[in-house]
Amino acid sequence: MTTRYPKDPGLSARMAVTIFLLGLLYVVFIGALLAVGVSYTIVIVIAGGLLFAQYFFSDKIALFSMHARVVSEQEAPELHAIVDRLCALADMPKPRVGIADSDVPNAFATGRSPKAAVVCVTTGIMRRLDPRELEAVLSHELSHVAHRDVAVMTVASFLGVLAGLITRFTLYAGMFGGGFGGGRGNRDNDNGAMAVLAIMLISIVVYAISFLLTRALSRYRELSADRSGAILIGAPSALASALQKVTGAMSQIPTRDLRSAEAFNAFFFAPAFAKGFSLSSLFSTHPPLEKRLEQLARLEEQMRHMG
Amino acid sequence: MTKFFDALLGRSKPVPARLDALFGLPSAAITLQTEAGLVPTGQAGVCFKPVAEAAFDQVQGDMTQLLTMLKSQRQIELTELDDKMGYHWVVITEPDIGELVTNVHAVNSSLQDSGFDSQLLCSVFAFKPAPNSPHPKQTVYLVYLFKRGAFYPFVPLNGEQAGEKRDNVAELHLKGILEKDLKVEQELTRWFPVWGAPVS
Repeated sequence: MTTRYPKDPGLSARMAVTIFLLGLLYVVFIGALLAVGVSYTIVIVIAGGLLFAQYFFSDKIALFSMHARVVSEQEAPELHAIVDRLCALADMPKPRVGIADSDVPNAFATGRSPKAAVVCVTTGIMRRLDPRELEAVLSHELSHVAHRDVAVMTVASFLGVLAGLITRFTLYAGMFGGGFGGGRGNRDNDNGAMAVLAIMLISIVVYAISFLLTRALSRYRELSADRSGAILIGAPSALASALQKVTGAMSQIPTRDLRSAEAFNAFFFAPAFAKGFSLSSLFSTHPPLEKRLEQLARLEEQMRHMG
Repeated sequence: MTKFFDALLGRSKPVPARLDALFGLPSAAITLQTEAGLVPTGQAGVCFKPVAEAAFDQVQGDMTQLLTMLKSQRQIELTELDDKMGYHWVVITEPDIGELVTNVHAVNSSLQDSGFDSQLLCSVFAFKPAPNSPHPKQTVYLVYLFKRGAFYPFVPLNGEQAGEKRDNVAELHLKGILEKDLKVEQELTRWFPVWGAPVS
């Protein structure tokens, strides 16, 4: 798939290195599990099943967890018009378009390939941004789609998920004494407990390493999407002002009416004003705002010189 | 200690409506005029939740009586209306900001004295740019939340395709100005908009 989103050799190289390291880690992980006596079938079934689910249902999982739904052209004509225009500009197939009903300003793209992708925005971001800024944000998200970032991040984060799962699994198995070494009859109890402990330790270490690797890749990937997204529409400043609006003090000011908020609030023990999903956790995978704005300002300067 | 147990058990008392901070408004109006070129439009609205169905007719009767009394006693020019979100508004017109604040306070405190204070939602004051001001022609609302005893600015963007959008930049700018005279709501997450407030 070639699109007109500029190629990013830096991103490609980093993706390759990260995936290589993760793959290596993965092999070591499976090897270690087998060495301490976890049966082959369980490891393979879990690993294969999870990878399959993550890869094929990434769009559905993301939409579900964000309470988002895919909207038709009739339902959101302006949003579709922007995506249409950007896809024509970038020469890429048009992804599905989704809206999440949330006052937290946010946008995301998901789906294993450009054809199966979904770009999604929250109602909060649509209310806060003007059309130019919204276009810049969508361009950023479409650049994730064009660079196949979702597939890469799915595979990259998979190992972490697997390690976490096995930690919990082992803990469970250990607690009920069964263990899942199964079938290796004459091991005594002490030995089994040691194995459980070893599996947990290995899983935790693997999780930590894969977490750090994916975070580093993720931050770079965001900067890359900022850059190519801004280049495509030729307006780094629009993305810069959108970023300021959705991350600064302004993102805290609600857009939902006082009267409906009041009614809504009555049903909750904790005040409903508390942030739904916190922005800080969301942005920890993102580079700091200053760094992103700095890059966009530099781009703006370069574009001016090119005339 | 009771406070501690309330927190522990998640009990919360209904917050008493706080009205005293309203009287900071006349001096804030002067600062707004000198620093932001905004003048009061002479209108303010008191917004409250109608009560539950069963007692509704009687309570509504009481309230109308109360307002009629206020009208004749203090010669307040006021109109009542229901908005599309099911809230009831008393809109007061009075060109002098000092008098306007006194009247808003009177309406609020008589509602409060008659036991409606948990129904009180907010009071909204409208400001417009002075005729010769270089600032854009946006209506600026100051919303007073009774339960918080604090003000916050609300600046809806006007224009065809604006929809329900607000000018956050202007609002944050006004926050700095208002803080000199008023108690301003410090938690930005509570600056809820009041779209289509019947005050202009």
